Amino acid sequence: MTASTQRPSALRDTVDRAAATPEREQPFAALGLKPDEYARIRDILGRRPTSAELAMYSVMWSEHCSYKSSKTHLRTFGQKVTPEMGERLMVGMGQNAGVIDVGEGWAVTFKIESHNHPSFVEPFQGAATGVGGIVRDIISMGARPVAVMDALRFGAIDHPDTARVVHGVVGGISFYGNCLGLPNIGGETVFDAVYQGNPLVNALAVGVLRHEDLHLANATGVGNKVVLFGARTGGDGIGGASILASESFDDEGPAKRPAVQVGDPFAEKVLIECCLELYAAHVVEGIQDLGAAGISCATSELAANGDSGMRVELDHVLLRDPTLTAEEILMSESQERMMAIVAPEKLDEFLAITGKWDVETSVLGEVTGDGRLVITHSGDVIVDVDPKTVAIDSPVYDRPMARPEWQDALQADTARNLPRATGAALGDQLLALAGSANLADASWITDQYDDYVLGNTALSTPDDAGMVRIDEESGLGFSVAVDANGRYCQLDPREGAKLALAEAYRNVAVSGATPVGVSDCLNFGNPEIPAVMWQFAEAVDGLADGCVELGIPVTGGNVSFYNQTGETQIHPTPVVGVLGIIDDVDRRLPSGWQDDGQALFLLGTTRDELDGSAWAGAIHDHLGGMPPKVDLAAEKALAGLMHGVAFEGLATAAHDLSEGGLGMAVAEGALRFGNGARIWLSGITERDGVDDTAALFSESGARALVAVAREDEVKFTGMCEARGVPVLRIGVTDATSGEIEIQDVATLSLADLRTANRAPIRSRFA
Amino acid sequence: MRVGVITFPGTLDDRDAQRAVRLAGHEAVALWHGEHDLHGVDALVLPGGFSYGDYLRCGAIAARSPIMTEVVEAAERGMPVLGICNGFQMLTEARLLPGGLVRNQTGVFVRRDQVLRVERTSTDWTNRFDEGQEIVIPLKNGEGRFVATPEEIARIEDEGLVVFRYVGDDPNGSVDAIAGLANAAGNVVGLMPHPEHAVELGFGPTTTRMKSGLDGLDIFKSALERIAA
Repeated sequence: MTASTQRPSALRDTVDRAAATPEREQPFAALGLKPDEYARIRDILGRRPTSAELAMYSVMWSEHCSYKSSKTHLRTFGQKVTPEMGERLMVGMGQNAGVIDVGEGWAVTFKIESHNHPSFVEPFQGAATGVGGIVRDIISMGARPVAVMDALRFGAIDHPDTARVVHGVVGGISFYGNCLGLPNIGGETVFDAVYQGNPLVNALAVGVLRHEDLHLANATGVGNKVVLFGARTGGDGIGGASILASESFDDEGPAKRPAVQVGDPFAEKVLIECCLELYAAHVVEGIQDLGAAGISCATSELAANGDSGMRVELDHVLLRDPTLTAEEILMSESQERMMAIVAPEKLDEFLAITGKWDVETSVLGEVTGDGRLVITHSGDVIVDVDPKTVAIDSPVYDRPMARPEWQDALQADTARNLPRATGAALGDQLLALAGSANLADASWITDQYDDYVLGNTALSTPDDAGMVRIDEESGLGFSVAVDANGRYCQLDPREGAKLALAEAYRNVAVSGATPVGVSDCLNFGNPEIPAVMWQFAEAVDGLADGCVELGIPVTGGNVSFYNQTGETQIHPTPVVGVLGIIDDVDRRLPSGWQDDGQALFLLGTTRDELDGSAWAGAIHDHLGGMPPKVDLAAEKALAGLMHGVAFEGLATAAHDLSEGGLGMAVAEGALRFGNGARIWLSGITERDGVDDTAALFSESGARALVAVAREDEVKFTGMCEARGVPVLRIGVTDATSGEIEIQDVATLSLADLRTANRAPIRSRFA
Repeated sequence: MRVGVITFPGTLDDRDAQRAVRLAGHEAVALWHGEHDLHGVDALVLPGGFSYGDYLRCGAIAARSPIMTEVVEAAERGMPVLGICNGFQMLTEARLLPGGLVRNQTGVFVRRDQVLRVERTSTDWTNRFDEGQEIVIPLKNGEGRFVATPEEIARIEDEGLVVFRYVGDDPNGSVDAIAGLANAAGNVVGLMPHPEHAVELGFGPTTTRMKSGLDGLDIFKSALERIAA
């Protein structure tokens, strides 16, 4: 351990100096603070903040760290809860990630987070560090990370800038995730012009732990050591602090710092193994990863969560660049760092383990009992604050909301008036849908991800959910899916959010697992625009209501505002991740059929719901009307049925119906293993009173396509009827024909379908 | 039999390799790169991953780890040594195997279920296969393109050192579609694909059924039989 070399600075802004020079002007506006926020900081401190304190408050009170625009709405998730929702919840919102009890002494922690803006500025590093950041959240709960997933949204596929972003983002995720040794088990890829200058890169990570290994980000125990370990602190990710440094007091420091962090997955992989060894040795009392706002965030959150104080000597921070100022050290977002609270008698053992892994470690200070966070630099006190005022009691805004004036007109513009095809032309439409950007085979992307590592992957892309074995003896596992539909949410953010929840829930259910928890990544436009704030409030409310109805809690997530291209706001895009449990991954169901001559059953009811559909978008370039009706009771019944079906082994494959309706479900089910099928629409059109177009392309919810062996048909349909889920035999698998025959409508060869399906992404980007 | 699986900083597939060893009926012994001690094992596996973040060259830094002195010594004495992916890269860096591995011709990481042809069965790790047998083993790498000088290639082919070749389109752009090599004695084998990911029903490559491929198991079993013999 060596202390950093610090320049003597006659200009250091200490607490004493701040008290003595109240008139000094400070660049709060350049740091993103509003005048009233700055006034409030002065009020809290009873003096002007030092520049170090100003740095801390400015990052911790930023929208990204403080949730100041969203907090008042997010409380809904805490208010709308039922006892059922809390049954499995070990850790809920507020910690680094939520934790769910999955039985047999195991727990699963998972969270989804955005890294949207960095991924536009520097797609490769932005996406890479997005993965790195969410994985550190998982580690800090005491868990071994075991899987990642990503939900990606890019601009129009044919826009000249899209390839730059796609190559960068995919390369970054591939580079970082593969090098970390975490299987990438699924996700989604969407192209839409609304994301042109603002791609959405949402990364989800899952970890597993034994109940007793749970760790929290609480600093407790007066006299315990505050230890920083991992990569050295450098000058990355501190654009804001550079403003402070150059404008206020330090003209000689390095001028421009990169605003996007740079990732080193090797350092993070070593950090994972090192942390797990530290946990196993029981030498960690509390732990927090360093992400946004770096040391400012870690120290203030640990102290605030632990109801304690902390004294930290900044001189002990190991630096990559010895010229960094105190403010820059506090704000640096250098990756691959963790902060632990360690009992003094366990410090030697702690250091022996970090030493074994060649992880650099330094003791910054200790936990105190006075409720103050005091930071010194070269002996001078440069921060002396109540940590709760930094980390918890940030400003809360109840921003004005207004239903957009265009909403009514958009909802009135239904797809019902679009021309409908019949016969062979419907086959051409299915081929066109299969060849549209958002329904395309994304294997060019997913082939760049390792889904084998760790040896526990039971399902991964292109199946509906990713599934991972937790326990090699019992076969216990989890299943996880992420979904969103910005088009539905544009039409109706409340129902659109519920539809995203319903789809992720259904995807988990058709894999054979029981959904138990939710993590959400709420991507929205500029919250200062009342229409955006209205969309946000509607979506949060819808999601919270949906969770109550489904009986599964939101365990955590994040909010990303200011997603816009120029003045164009993105569609409201709440990405919902649902986690499920399966008692034995041997009972998993893939999304396609492997056998010949099995019956294909359609579960659920088909309504004429084409507004906002892939059919309306890809065939008619239309977006308007009302999204499909949400029926969460039906979703719940379907999920219950699917659990029974998987448990009894009555199905060999199951695929949820979503974008592109039954037509795409059959196409994807056939392409999964290259086995054809013959289906007939007459049962649907007669029973549900819809035409062939709706039968093929409607996106009504609570539906699934299930393959069943002949000997299980009676038992299967009996179970459907007993559980009140509408069931219809609509086809049969055919492993030899090499085609999909839609009786009396059209026949498509699998070869043509595959070619069309692969074309948009592989041929454009490979 | 006791099979050592060495973990280097940045090794990823060590626990998978240990599982494969167990499923093949051996005892897996975890070895640490920083020790000069093989703990009396009968065979060695250098698993895949990104040791030292692939800095400098893949496997180059790991090949100079303390334990590699003992690995080279044991290999020269005839102990069965298997290098998988990054482990293969280490074996070439340690000059236990000829040639080297560089960035894939496509420039991107590739993961797929790969068909291989077994070219040589007179090695400690392939003696359960038939010559010319086609097997399916998962492949996943960014730097798996085998290269060597024309003279080295001529020697490799003349001496029959090629153990596995890619069937179908070559995923890396390797010379002569080389996927794996052995030394002349046949105790040291390196390959880019990952046999430890084809050892357990439900978690292997998709062959006739989803995730049902078990061809990797024979590679781990081969060593057992050789040692037992």
